[in-house]
Amino acid sequence: MIDLLLNPFQFEFFRNGTLAAVLTGGLCGLIGVYIVLRGMSYIGHGLSHAIFGGAVLSFVMGWNFYLGAGLWGFAAALLINQTVRRTKINADAAIGVITTASFATGVAIISRYRHFTRSFDAALFGNILGVTTQDVAIVAGVAILVSGLIFVLYKPLLFTTFDSQVAKVYGVQTEWVDTLFALALAAALIASMQILGVTLIAAALVIPAITARLTTDSFNQMIFISTLLGALTGFFGMILSFYLDISSGAMIVLLQAGLFVFALVITSLQKRAARRLIHTHV
Amino acid sequence: MKPIVELENVTFGYGAMPILEHVSMHLHPGQFAALVGPSGAGKTTLLKLVLGILTPNRGQIRIDGKARNGYTSAAISYVPQLESVDWNFPVTVEQVVLMGLTRSSGIWPWPSRDDAERLAAILDQLEIRHLAKRHIRDLSGGQQQRAFLARALITQPDLVVLDEPTAGIDVRTAENILHMLGHLSQNGITILLTTHDLNAAAAHVPWVICLRNGIVAQGAPEEVFTVENLNKTYDGDMLVIRQDGMLFVQQKPHPHGYHDLLPNPVPGEVPTQKPA
Repeated sequence: MIDLLLNPFQFEFFRNGTLAAVLTGGLCGLIGVYIVLRGMSYIGHGLSHAIFGGAVLSFVMGWNFYLGAGLWGFAAALLINQTVRRTKINADAAIGVITTASFATGVAIISRYRHFTRSFDAALFGNILGVTTQDVAIVAGVAILVSGLIFVLYKPLLFTTFDSQVAKVYGVQTEWVDTLFALALAAALIASMQILGVTLIAAALVIPAITARLTTDSFNQMIFISTLLGALTGFFGMILSFYLDISSGAMIVLLQAGLFVFALVITSLQKRAARRLIHTHV
Repeated sequence: MKPIVELENVTFGYGAMPILEHVSMHLHPGQFAALVGPSGAGKTTLLKLVLGILTPNRGQIRIDGKARNGYTSAAISYVPQLESVDWNFPVTVEQVVLMGLTRSSGIWPWPSRDDAERLAAILDQLEIRHLAKRHIRDLSGGQQQRAFLARALITQPDLVVLDEPTAGIDVRTAENILHMLGHLSQNGITILLTTHDLNAAAAHVPWVICLRNGIVAQGAPEEVFTVENLNKTYDGDMLVIRQDGMLFVQQKPHPHGYHDLLPNPVPGEVPTQKPA
């Protein structure tokens, strides 16, 4: 059994890929807690698509991928925030307009410059085989920075997530908190893009967090469980993808979805048992 | 004594639709005041103007002598309507109360020793210390109100603004909450709240402000709760009864009440007497 687990690690690409998958899984699990509790699940989906536009543009312009895509994603997140704050447009509509326009920009550029040597399949669906040591270092750096930011902003972020308007009355600089959170989200998405791909990032952000929410009523436990689930599914998803010869991003998300269904069934059965116990005692 | 809240000729509206017009009022330190009026009269809007969430189109708002523009100081606390709270959010009572100290506490995620002492003291004061580790959804309406009041009081505020603190809780609990607020005002904290419960306001709040897109009347309940003022405020046929030093306010029953619509309210039984 141990051999079965350790066997794939003799390959460098697998070691890099697994380390990156564990780090991005944990990172998405951590940041996903705030995404889910803010009712922003759609922003993860939208921003990951928006970043695709930035990734294509940065390639065409010869910019550094991480810098170009990161700035683009951050700008898109800020634009969504400002549109919602300053106009009558709701968040879902603002996300829909800004992120799909950004995605369309990427598609338009690809269709215009057909002589691309670089495959954007990796950006769309993830390519764990192409993860280099430098990529792992960048993912690790982003994970440390984002975790540090969330650690330092723990209290204002919790209050702003719970009730932004009331937090502002109590003197919390909610605009700054939202801006820094948008920056952290954009960074996490860029770091995850190579591993999970644009189309699967949203699931990796949302599924561990809602699974954790099903199992606990404690905010701190939710953060811990969601981060752990993200990291563990990253690890075991990689092992399974190796043996089953399935795309790593898809395997990780399928594993997370399976755990979510399992948690849903268990909590439903527990609730039913508790109700039956109450009826028996009444 | 210098007023803590001053509104001078304040007008606010969205577009061409005015919600509040020419509102002038003052609240002094330790004053306990209630805003009453029908739904849509501008009560919550007035609270949001005082809190700095909204900015007036015209007029001036001063808090503790300083013009208000945007951010409020930590000396003001706010208890929102319970129905606006996300009860599924995974937080305990102590986490909610500690939110009040977010601005002043350090960067560590856990409370400092000083914060923990203040938390224990405020939970003791409001008699909810045994509920500290409970999820906020698992509390009764009165306990929930106390938890959010604790968050307001842990900041040691000069002014506490409460939106409908008596909504959705039973009469006895509502009376307890108002009694507690009265006690706080005696300790120098200014209290401004909104309520639909005119009788509770008459019994517990020494200063009431009748609002209907502007101030209709303000003063002691005995002076303000007159048939004329209340009819102007509620655009209805109000009844004011004074008995044994107490004041009761009631809307006159509709001329075609349920007795006319349902002459036999309990099937199989004949009503013995129709109310006068």
